Amino acid sequence: MTDQSSAPRSFQEIILRLQTYWASKGCAILQPYDMEVGAGTFHPATTLRALGSKAWAAAYVQPSRRPTDGRYGENPNRLQHYYQYQVLIKPSPPDLQELYLGSLEAIGIDMNLHDIRFVEDDWESPTLGAWGLGWEVWCDGMEVSQFTYFQQVGGHDCAPVSGELTYGLERLAMYVLGIDHVMDMPFNDPQSPSPLTYGEIFKQTEEEYARWNFDVANTEVLLRHFEEAEAECAAILAQDHDDPKTGKRIVMAHPAYDQCIKASHVFNLLDARGVISVTERQAYIGRVRALAKQCADAFLLTEAAGFEA
Amino acid sequence: MPDLLIELFSEEIPARMQTRAGEDLKKRITDGLVEAGLTYASAATLTTPRRLTLAVEGLLSESPMIREERKGPKVGAPDKAIEGFLRGAGLTRDQLEERETPKGAVYFATIEKAGRPAAEIVAEVLEATIRNFPWPKSMRWGSGGLRWVRPLHSILCILTDETGAQVVPMEVDGIKSGDTTEGHRFMAPGRFAVSSFEDYAAKLKRAFVVLSPAERAEHIWNDAQNLAFAAGLEVVDDKGLLAEVAGLVEWPVVLMGRIDDEFLELPPEVLQTSMKEHQKFFSVRNPKTSRIEQFITVANRETTDNGATILAGNQKVLSARLADAKFFWENDLRVAKSDIAQWTRALEYVTFHNKLGTQAERIDRIAALARELAEVTGADADQVETAARLAKADLSSEMVYEFPELQGLMGRYYIEAASEDAAVAAVAQEHYSPLGPSDDVPTAPLSVTVALADKLDTLTGFWAIDEKPTGSKDPFALRRAALGATRLILENDLRLSLDRFFDSQLVRAEGAINDALSKSNVEDLLEEIADHGVFGAAFKAVKDNLGEKPTAEFLGLEKKVPDASDDLLSFFHDRLKTFLRDEGIRHDIIDACIAMDGNDDLNLLVKRARALNAVIATEDGENLVQGFKRANNILTQAEEKDGVEYSYGADIKFAETDSEKALFGALEATQAQIDPALKAEDFPSAMSAMAGLRGPVDAFFEDVQVNTDNDILRRNRLNLLSQIRQVCSSVADLSRIEG
Repeated sequence: MTDQSSAPRSFQEIILRLQTYWASKGCAILQPYDMEVGAGTFHPATTLRALGSKAWAAAYVQPSRRPTDGRYGENPNRLQHYYQYQVLIKPSPPDLQELYLGSLEAIGIDMNLHDIRFVEDDWESPTLGAWGLGWEVWCDGMEVSQFTYFQQVGGHDCAPVSGELTYGLERLAMYVLGIDHVMDMPFNDPQSPSPLTYGEIFKQTEEEYARWNFDVANTEVLLRHFEEAEAECAAILAQDHDDPKTGKRIVMAHPAYDQCIKASHVFNLLDARGVISVTERQAYIGRVRALAKQCADAFLLTEAAGFEA
Repeated sequence: MPDLLIELFSEEIPARMQTRAGEDLKKRITDGLVEAGLTYASAATLTTPRRLTLAVEGLLSESPMIREERKGPKVGAPDKAIEGFLRGAGLTRDQLEERETPKGAVYFATIEKAGRPAAEIVAEVLEATIRNFPWPKSMRWGSGGLRWVRPLHSILCILTDETGAQVVPMEVDGIKSGDTTEGHRFMAPGRFAVSSFEDYAAKLKRAFVVLSPAERAEHIWNDAQNLAFAAGLEVVDDKGLLAEVAGLVEWPVVLMGRIDDEFLELPPEVLQTSMKEHQKFFSVRNPKTSRIEQFITVANRETTDNGATILAGNQKVLSARLADAKFFWENDLRVAKSDIAQWTRALEYVTFHNKLGTQAERIDRIAALARELAEVTGADADQVETAARLAKADLSSEMVYEFPELQGLMGRYYIEAASEDAAVAAVAQEHYSPLGPSDDVPTAPLSVTVALADKLDTLTGFWAIDEKPTGSKDPFALRRAALGATRLILENDLRLSLDRFFDSQLVRAEGAINDALSKSNVEDLLEEIADHGVFGAAFKAVKDNLGEKPTAEFLGLEKKVPDASDDLLSFFHDRLKTFLRDEGIRHDIIDACIAMDGNDDLNLLVKRARALNAVIATEDGENLVQGFKRANNILTQAEEKDGVEYSYGADIKFAETDSEKALFGALEATQAQIDPALKAEDFPSAMSAMAGLRGPVDAFFEDVQVNTDNDILRRNRLNLLSQIRQVCSSVADLSRIEG
């Protein structure tokens, strides 16, 4: 049981405690994926690794971008760039709920004083062709995490099933630290020689990106990027599985999936620029889903998915 | 007689599924037991977020032995036949019995199926129930193949009698049955064994679990009311929310908190919606001011600080939510006060439907139709247009974006704030009505006009692009729109020819969906329809006056518009039948009235139907219909045979018998009564005058043979029948009445 004296003092301390906690539970602590994504789920460590027969356990921070959520850093908790903490364990262990509750204790939430609830919330990602059942987890009425048992990804049944935990780090940290505006949150230890707040690090970038996302991003270029990513994805997947140079069987599922991620993010940018009509929206989402599906098909033909040639 | 206790313990079951799941568990298990011969005294189901529980009392300890007698082949039948019979019965020859029957000696077999112990049957039934449980949505987990609503953790299954409790041994996908369960997740972790339902319920209560959802709901409601009462306040009743909240907790602890003063000026509906949708809070009202001032939240546990931390946390989350709502409200008010019409303009960028264009274009069409309808409703045309153009403005507001269910209501607040008049503001809220069959119908002429225009526009639009409801599919709620329009017309006693308004709105819709159709064609058509009241004449007039060669798109309308209009009218007639069926008016009675002219005037149609319905319920009326049908049949056959229509006036000088002469007189007298009644649309009087013909018509058929050899007499009588037909058809087409 964590007592008050060990309450975390900064945003980064909460992240570090989550890393330590999940490492102690046997997860590989991965690093963020080096591409722009809308959520931690897009990291191939989740999307692709949820597929196939091999066991998996990973946890990581994923910077996430949602251009339409930009508020020039003024809204107390809406950001176009924020952090998610993501845990994926396959097969989902029988005590996943208890493991999860342990992580809340690790970041200083006292189970004896708070009211933790699992409230129905089924998760679906139309762009990834993925869905699962689970809950949003409430702490005293506030949603602190998303808890999902993946049933399908890229149109494929997940077998075994992965358990996925997603923490919205800023919101969770603000709650734990008792902060009302995200920009006021201590990023590092407020007692350190150079204390930094979240706002000192991100207020300016929120403004810059909000302006670019909403008003400046070149939509013609973006539309072209979308088409190019789509074409490249198809071109990669059309290659022979046997590499003529090395003579090895190399299915390029990950490079193809990168193009899918790229298309998805470009779509989000176009959406923020307001150039996608309601009807077109569905069509774009369908195109990204088609890419995700093909990448999932390809991944299932790789060793990492348990494929044996 | 043992009792059976089953508990299926899982991770949190969605609140909305619990009640149904409890019932399904009870039904499937008890049906399965009874089918296997295990009857029982009573069964009850209880649910919490983590468990489905079934308690069956007074179960048979084993299924009864079943004895079945089978008749076999005759004694002395070929061996093959006897062997076959033995195989089927599972017996040997010496077990057969010979019995004398009227057809001689016959073999009989008595097959006995031994009873089976309850445990064996329960195990089978429970396994089948778990494997085939009808969850609305289910999932797999881990490496298993079993599906449940969320991971299933344990199965408690015991039979208890005087000698004690016995676990019913079974296993589903690696989960073995046992006699243990768990208490509250946080307040009493750890498993414990139970020996009976009473023991189970008592131990759970000690482990902070209230097993019965009804008891939890009652507890929540009582505590909530007491807390509110003590503060001089009252809880806003919400049964749906109560049931949901009772399904989210095992150990309900009710807490009441204050809403920050800065939010108290928000409209009560906004507070209520935000608290309910986001936080599942009850609203607490001050009865003196009718303001929502506090909230009730239900926690799932007791704490050492008596819920202080929990309440503070909830309050904080609520404040963040309400800060959003307040931000929307204040921003929206600012926009509304400076220029509320900009919201309508912003709808130029919002698609209503990819074929029917933007919301702004739709509003233009609705406003145009509403102006035309103002003549019928008696509303002021300019005010109608203003109201129609503002009615959906709130769709651009931030509040409605956040809480779509507040559309209309917010519009009303915002238009009032923009200091438009209250009647115009009310239109924003009322023009969506009636939504359901039990929803109130607006009565203010302004609201009625825009509500009707809105519904007719939706219907004609989807008819123009041929996206009508099919079977159970009605994604645009067009049946509801037609029923709504019907009720607006009937309950406000509006007299209008729907056809004419269908036509103009279909032409407007065609203008929207068909770029190649010229604007001037559309405008000319609309003007001519307004003049002529009929599409056909309007179309001809426009076509004749066209300076240039008509386009294919224009010519296409000649058939398309009337076809869609007719089809839409019969859709309305179908809705009307459903509506009137509740009044006890049969569909054939309505059909008889639909066959008359002016059937697009729904009030006229309903007046006819009600009058006809009343008369048909009387003996005279029923007989009149028979008499009419007889006259009509004879006449129709004769007309077909002779190839002429007998519609000349019959002449009384050829009347032979008294009853024939009497009928002449009666028809004349009736006609004299009917004409003014029809003129006054007094269909009941017209119908009862008609019913008076029953005697003379019956007497006529009794005494007179229509088809005589005398051609002059025959023709005269057929013409007399034609007169009956004509008189009797003045309110409805009686030939359509069944029976």
